[in-house]
Amino acid sequence: MNETLDTSTTPPAAVKETLLKQILNPRIVQKGAFFLLLLATLLVIVPVGMIVVIIVAKGAPAISWEFLSAMPSRGMRAGGIFPAIIGSIYLVGATIVFAIPVGVFSAIYLVEYAGNTLLTRMVKLAIINLAGVPSIVYGLFGLGLFVIFLGFGPSILAGALTLAIMILPIIITTSKEALDAVPKSFREASLALGASKWQTIRHVVLPNALPGILTGIILGISRAAGETAPILFTVAAFYLPRLPTSVFDQVMVLPYHLFVVSTQIPNIEQSYTYGTALVLVGMVLVTNLAAILLRSKYRKKL
Amino acid sequence: MRKKITEFIIEKIIILCGVISIVFVALIFFFLLKEGLSLFTTYPAGKFILGSHWYPVSEPPKFGIISLIAGSLWVTLGAIIISVPIGIASAIYISEIAPRKVRDILKSGIEMLAAIPSVVIGFVGITTLVPLVKNVFGLPTGLTALSGSVMLAFMAVPTIVSIAEDAFYSIPKRYKEAALALGATHWQTIWRVLIRAAFPGIVAASMLGIGRVIGETMAVMMITGNMARIPHSFFDPVRTLTATIAAEMGETVRGSDHYFALFAIGIVLFIITFLINLIADIYINKELK
Repeated sequence: MNETLDTSTTPPAAVKETLLKQILNPRIVQKGAFFLLLLATLLVIVPVGMIVVIIVAKGAPAISWEFLSAMPSRGMRAGGIFPAIIGSIYLVGATIVFAIPVGVFSAIYLVEYAGNTLLTRMVKLAIINLAGVPSIVYGLFGLGLFVIFLGFGPSILAGALTLAIMILPIIITTSKEALDAVPKSFREASLALGASKWQTIRHVVLPNALPGILTGIILGISRAAGETAPILFTVAAFYLPRLPTSVFDQVMVLPYHLFVVSTQIPNIEQSYTYGTALVLVGMVLVTNLAAILLRSKYRKKL
Repeated sequence: MRKKITEFIIEKIIILCGVISIVFVALIFFFLLKEGLSLFTTYPAGKFILGSHWYPVSEPPKFGIISLIAGSLWVTLGAIIISVPIGIASAIYISEIAPRKVRDILKSGIEMLAAIPSVVIGFVGITTLVPLVKNVFGLPTGLTALSGSVMLAFMAVPTIVSIAEDAFYSIPKRYKEAALALGATHWQTIWRVLIRAAFPGIVAASMLGIGRVIGETMAVMMITGNMARIPHSFFDPVRTLTATIAAEMGETVRGSDHYFALFAIGIVLFIITFLINLIADIYINKELK
């Protein structure tokens, strides 16, 4: 009350000062700052929602049984995306076959065997590095080692091995977290009962860490299913309207197919490209959602 | 006895898998070097690194990567200017301010963003952002460094948020309690205490965000216009190091200079990202101390 009276009689300079004081009032500053922070967060979240909504809205009309189960026709402007879907499934399946054992064993090594040595530190740095290597460099590496040096040619095998090395860091770090979370007392109890180290890992540690490890594997699947750059020169076929018969065959793959239809084919109907994007995003987000649900369920249990 | 032998073998396999990451990093570097260095037997390394003309199919070909490095720098700079402030702000909001339920929703949303494949981000960029940039700024084409920066900022945000968030969580509770007990408001505590305490983590988050942007390939290739010229503003089309490899490798002859030059670009990329990750790792370890 006093303040309003004051402002009416004091000179302008003082008015400014009180106003300034009011604006700089810590609680008002806090409100403003929190509002800006909320705004920044919305700036991230709203476009994510928009991207998904746009793809679903424009892609859904294209989805039909024919779209999912037919070969592409008329220079990929019509027909379906069946070979790309199957190719993606084969490729991701093969990737996982390579990546799971190596990734999980590697995590077991880091948690159960490795001491605090220089070697362990180097392994950890190597994993961080693998996670940071650009995906196109994986493509070059796969081309150099698997396609040319080992003579696999552009094939499911070469592509899957390349992708497997790329998703290794994801599987190792999530599996490691899961193994770390198993209480020490579990291991001690098992060892005290006379079980060997491997028996303890196999029958006590691994079953308890399984949900966490599965989460990592699913995240790896979702990453492998969406990557394009590593498969450009190792497996992806521009147009190949038949299904692969062996691991040495090239295949069409969904993410590369989306790239092709959205940049290389002129005068294509938009619903066709959006439909392809929808199938790809659907596959990736559904696997990802499964991982998130599995993890939150598992975290609650712990 | 047989059991012991199987266990012995299994343990050896585990140890082998344990160190295999080192082997893979070494193999990647070896194969990049093996192919990339072949370029320098016929083309001088100085002209590769300092040359500003990338004309791989002219006669004689020119493999100067300055314009490509400039392209990568412009796009990365733009993406970082957008994504670092927004990413850090979101991390603060999520870790400090949002109620628990909202926090879980926001985190899932950001994880979803991280999961969207880069080719899809590129596709959405072509169909929505590129025409917008063209019309708003009245440009001949919307395929510019600016468009690339905006889309890449989206891809960097999840990385920045998750690392920065970890940094805020790992600050000892007593820092916050002490500041609040001294009468500071929640915001004063965040601004004067928590941000400083989390600073190494924030640096690490920004570095990893930069690493993500520099290495990004598909989205950049689709929306930055692919012009191997030194750009003068964000409204110029550019071509990045990554996009050059992706766009040209399919057309090269195996064993040609052009083929080797693309591997040499791979070496440059590998070294850049290696250094960025190393710096980030140093800051993350600093934070632990």
